[in-house]
Formats: sequence, structure tokens, C-alpha cells
Amino acid sequence: MASALAKKKREAKPGKGARKIRVLVGKPGLDGHDRGAKIIARALRDAGFEVIYTGLHQTPEMIVNTAVQEDVDAIGLSILSGAHNHLFPKVVELLRKKKMGNVVVFGGGIIPDDDISGLRKKGVDRIFTPGTTLSEIVDYVNKRVRPRA
Amino acid sequence: MYDRKKTKTIQKRGKQWERDRLLPLLSRSPERRRRFSTVSDEEISLLYTPADLEGFDFLKKVGFPGTYPYTRGVHPSMYRGRLWTMRQFSGFGSAEDTNARYHYLLGQGQTGLSVAFHFPTLMGYDSDHPRARGEVGMCGVAVDSLRDMEILFHKIPLDRITSSMTINAPAAILLAMYIAVAEQQGVSSRDIGGTIQNDILKEYIAQHSWIFPPDPSMRIITDILAFCSDHVPKWNTISISGYHIREAGSTAVQELAFTIADGIAYVQAGIDAGIPVDTFAPRLSFFFNAHMDFFEEIAKYRAARRMWAGIMRDRFRAKDENSWKMRFHTQTAGVTLTAQQPVNNVVRVALQGLMAVLGGTQSLHTNSMDETLALPTEQAVTIALRTQQIIAEESGVANSIDPLGGSFLLETLTDEMEEKASAYVRKIDGMGGMVEAVKRGYPQKEIIDASYHYQRLIEKGEKKIVGVNCYQGDEELPIPLLKIDKEVERKQIARTREVRRKRHARRVASRIDALKDASLSKTNLMPVILDAVREYVTLGEICDAFRETMGTHTDPAMY
Repeated sequence: MASALAKKKREAKPGKGARKIRVLVGKPGLDGHDRGAKIIARALRDAGFEVIYTGLHQTPEMIVNTAVQEDVDAIGLSILSGAHNHLFPKVVELLRKKKMGNVVVFGGGIIPDDDISGLRKKGVDRIFTPGTTLSEIVDYVNKRVRPRA
Repeated sequence: MYDRKKTKTIQKRGKQWERDRLLPLLSRSPERRRRFSTVSDEEISLLYTPADLEGFDFLKKVGFPGTYPYTRGVHPSMYRGRLWTMRQFSGFGSAEDTNARYHYLLGQGQTGLSVAFHFPTLMGYDSDHPRARGEVGMCGVAVDSLRDMEILFHKIPLDRITSSMTINAPAAILLAMYIAVAEQQGVSSRDIGGTIQNDILKEYIAQHSWIFPPDPSMRIITDILAFCSDHVPKWNTISISGYHIREAGSTAVQELAFTIADGIAYVQAGIDAGIPVDTFAPRLSFFFNAHMDFFEEIAKYRAARRMWAGIMRDRFRAKDENSWKMRFHTQTAGVTLTAQQPVNNVVRVALQGLMAVLGGTQSLHTNSMDETLALPTEQAVTIALRTQQIIAEESGVANSIDPLGGSFLLETLTDEMEEKASAYVRKIDGMGGMVEAVKRGYPQKEIIDASYHYQRLIEKGEKKIVGVNCYQGDEELPIPLLKIDKEVERKQIARTREVRRKRHARRVASRIDALKDASLSKTNLMPVILDAVREYVTLGEICDAFRETMGTHTDPAMY
């Protein structure tokens, strides 16, 4: 789903002066389960990324506005209420409208296997399911995400 | 437990045994790990003996069931008189769907109801609010107006069945709707029994379904305490909850300490509002987690009862013994369930249910094996209920009270649990109590640290989870999952809009004005809310009125 620009950036080795990868960890929807999001935010920070955490109860609009303001390279979304099929694609759609379609969107939470391919088709790059280790997520961000500009 | 002389002899013999038997063995074949610890990472010794309990005063610390300090249980006959209430937390889709599940569960021998509301209800939005898109009926049942509540409890006799409702910020509204449904059934509010969670402090700390800032939220709670003392005497007005604190990643000690500190804050708020302690304290109940570490959990329940009894008698000078008794509900730990090899969850839940019963719980929810993947299917929830019934009817653990009391290990752990939790409570007292501690983010920060520490232990393999970081299987057997029909959202929105169309518009407007006026004065809000729900003013409309006058709370987004 990444644009040609993002692919080019990814192939290019970041030079010495390259800025840190900026990741937005977002909690869309109304559920308050933020244990996973907070642990991941901390693990990404400890792995050397610049992390912005939105806090709870965000609308897709709020998340995308933060993504624009903070000029992030990736967004990790966490949701445990079952509203992922509506809210994840909405974030991708709004990013594209803001010409930020090259931001890598990944997610996790209570997400049945049957829903994963549908979410991927709608532009969510990767879904992590319960039991995923922090190092898997850190490796994924390292390999998949490059600074956009 | 033993006199000083005997204890000295035991100590001496213990040292001898260590020197002659244990150490030579360990030098040949060392222990499996360098350090053994509970799931909360508290170190556990190889062996406990009476020497660990030197000076232990049985009557003061343990005593008899149904008597101070209630370490062994709150009733003199415990489960021999009456088993715990088997109460499965349940709610999904529409009010009709959930009502059908309730009738099914009651038919299977369940003895009380427990309502799970969907997130829009928990957060004070009607189903047609833009923020409710995608959430309707997903994580619980959709309740917007009294109409939904009438359907939810259709043909359930509210004078005989007790209901627990997991609802916090809008608790007053759901309680009012419940009272209104009872009135329609011809049942007086004096005769209904049940629980509202109504524990807003742990929302700021852990579960995060809040609407208003801490101070106005505490005022709503004291209004409920005062109203129920007069009009709903059999209602449990607050279920002071450690469950969600633990689920958010706290240790067992933190779960206990923060729950007790929350309880202290509510009692203090009630007293400060001028309500005599013995009129509301007997209706406070508690709610704990049953996590994975067997003895740590049982010690937690026993220590909890002892601590609360002491606090109520000595700190708050309550005179009624019922104010000293900590009655609690337990739910097995959702976070311990694994998406990998989900059938194994049945075994985890059986162990956890057993801990709760050995710890003297008053009611129990056992999780279903499929809950890391979706809300439970009817088959999964039946297995979970049967698990409780097997513990109750087959295992024999309900035959004798506090069967592990007197265990050297358990009494030592109970003492340690009390000591460590009391130290936290003193620290929170020093900050000016839990309301202030919450505003500072203190318990929130402690929990984040503990959950990160635990996750690191799992990733280093120091804590094992079968199917996740050891004994992984190659192939997963798929299990059937409950799916929520997309039609639920459309139909629910249609119903709420119809309710709005059919109401008496002028009376609705005046009820909403009355809500705003009352919230700006010192009038008790409960009668005003009750008047509003009777006119089918919706939950979202009531919350909007209060949002306007009380303001809202937002996540400080710490991590």
C-alpha cells in the first residue's frame, strides 16, 4: 500500500543525519484497554524510535490530525472493543485524503483471524495478534518503516 | 502458632536439615531456577515452617469465620450454608439478544445476572452518536433509553433475581432505569437487589471509561450513596474494583492496595457529605481478580478482608459489624487467557475459579475460553459455568471453611500481602488520599511500570506461558467464534430514534433543564435522573447535560 515515494525512501539507506523514525501509537474508539498500547509505546521508545502516544478515546480524525502535526512515519493502532473493521480503514482513508498515504499503518488487539485479510486489503499493513512479542514489533518497524522526509 | 520454645527448636532443626540434607543435594543437582517468584515477581521461599510465623496470634489474625477480622470469611457457615453466586458477565448485540442469553443462563443454573454494556453506553453516548460508529453491540449490550432496559429485563422478576451492572460514569442513570423497570413490574425499589460498579476512581486508574472530572464524579457517587440508603436499601452501591487495576498490569499487592485506598476515599467522601458511615458502608462491596498465581491470590483475598475490617472499625469508627465485612465478587483474569491453544484456557479458568473459592468469594464469574478472540459463544460460556459447578459440587472444596488457613506458606503470604499493601495505602494517604493521587497519576504510573516489567520477564523467558513462550503447538485447532450481526447497529439506531419521536417533547425538555439545574446546585441528582429516564430521556442526553455543567475528563496519555 505504500506509495512509490515511500518505497524509494525505504530502499535508500538513512544517512548519518537522518532523523529518527517517528511512530504514533493511537487508541481509536471508546475502549479503555491501553495496557498493550502503552507497553508497545514504551518498547518502541526504548528501541530508539521517537514515539507519540495519543491517549485514549480518539476518533480517526483526531489520530490523523496528530499524525499530520507530528509528521509521523508510521501509526500503530490498538483496539480491543471489536470496532476495528470500522475504525482502522477509516484512519487509512483519512491519511490518504491528507496526502499521507505513505504512512505505514499497523495494528493489534482482539482481532479475529477472519478479519485480518479484509483489513489488509483496506490498507492496514500488518495486524499483530495477542501473544506477539515486543521484539517482533520492533523488528517490524525497523524493517518496514523509513523516515518519510 | 507455636510457643517460643517450640519455634526455636523448629528453627534449629530447620537449619540442621538445610545443612545436612538440602545443601548437599543442591550442590549435586541445583534448582531449576536461580530465583522463584510469584507472577507478581515476589520472591517465594523453598519451604515455610512455623518458624516463619513466630509470635503469630491466631485469634487476632485469623480467628473464626463471620467474626472480626474476617480473615476466614464473612459468614459463619460460608459455602455450607449457601454456595457463592454464579454470575456470568454477559451482554452483546441488542437488548433482545442479551435477554435471550440471560434466560438461557438462568435455565442452566446460573443464580444471578451481570450486565455488560457496550462502549457507547459506558462512555455516555447514544447509539446514533458519531462516536458510536462501529461499536454498537460489539463489546456488550446497547442501552440508550428505558425502552432498551425494558427489553433487556423482559420476563426477569427483579424481586427475585439480583443483577450486577458494570457501569461507572453513567451508573446513576442505569440504576434509575433499573428502578423504573422494577416499578413497571410492580416491584418497589426497596425490594430490588443488585450492584452497580460505580467505582470511578479505578476508571481513572485503570479501566478508563470515564466521562466527567474526578470531583463532580465523586459528587454523583455520594448522591447515589445517600439516595440508596433511603430508597434502595438492598442495593450494593459501589463495587470497589481491583479487577481492572490488575488487568491493566498491576501486581497483586498493587491491586489490593489501590482497591483499599479507593474504598477509603469513598467512605471518606460519604462521611464528608454528611451520611453516617453505618448507613452506607454495609452496602459497599468489592471486586477482585483471580490471576494465575495460586497462593498469592488466596493470600490477597484473606489479607483484603482483614485490612478492610481494621480500617472500618478503627479508622472510620464504624459500629455496625456489617460495615466491617468485605464482601467481594471475583472474576478470573482475562489477561491470562491465550489466543494460542485456546482450549487450554478452560484449565486456567478452573484453577483461577478454585483460588477464588478457596479465598472465600461471594460471587464468581469464570471467563470463557474464547474471550481473547471475541465475546463468548453459548457453548464456551456453558463450559465456564460448568467449571464453577464442578468446583462447587464435585471437588469437595466447599465443605470446610478457609481450608488452607493455617498453612505456613499461606499465613506468611497473607501477612506479607497485608504489610506491603498497607505501606502503599500509607503512601497514598500521605498524598492526600486517592483522589489526589489519581490527579497526580501516581497509581497509573505504578501500573505501567509493573506491566512493562512483567512483559519483559515473559520475553526473557523468566515467566512462562504455555503455548506462548513454551510448548507452542504447530497447528491451532480453530474454535467457533461469536459474530455480532451488522444489522444490530442499524436496528438500534432506528429504535432510539423512534423512542425520541414518540416522547412528550415539552416534558423531555423540562427534564433536561432540571438535570442541569440540579447538577449546578446541591440537590441529590438521583430523583431528577429517575424523573428523566421515566420520560425516556436517553442516556446520551443526560450525559450531555452533565458534560455541559460538569465538564469532561481526558486521558493524560502517560506511558
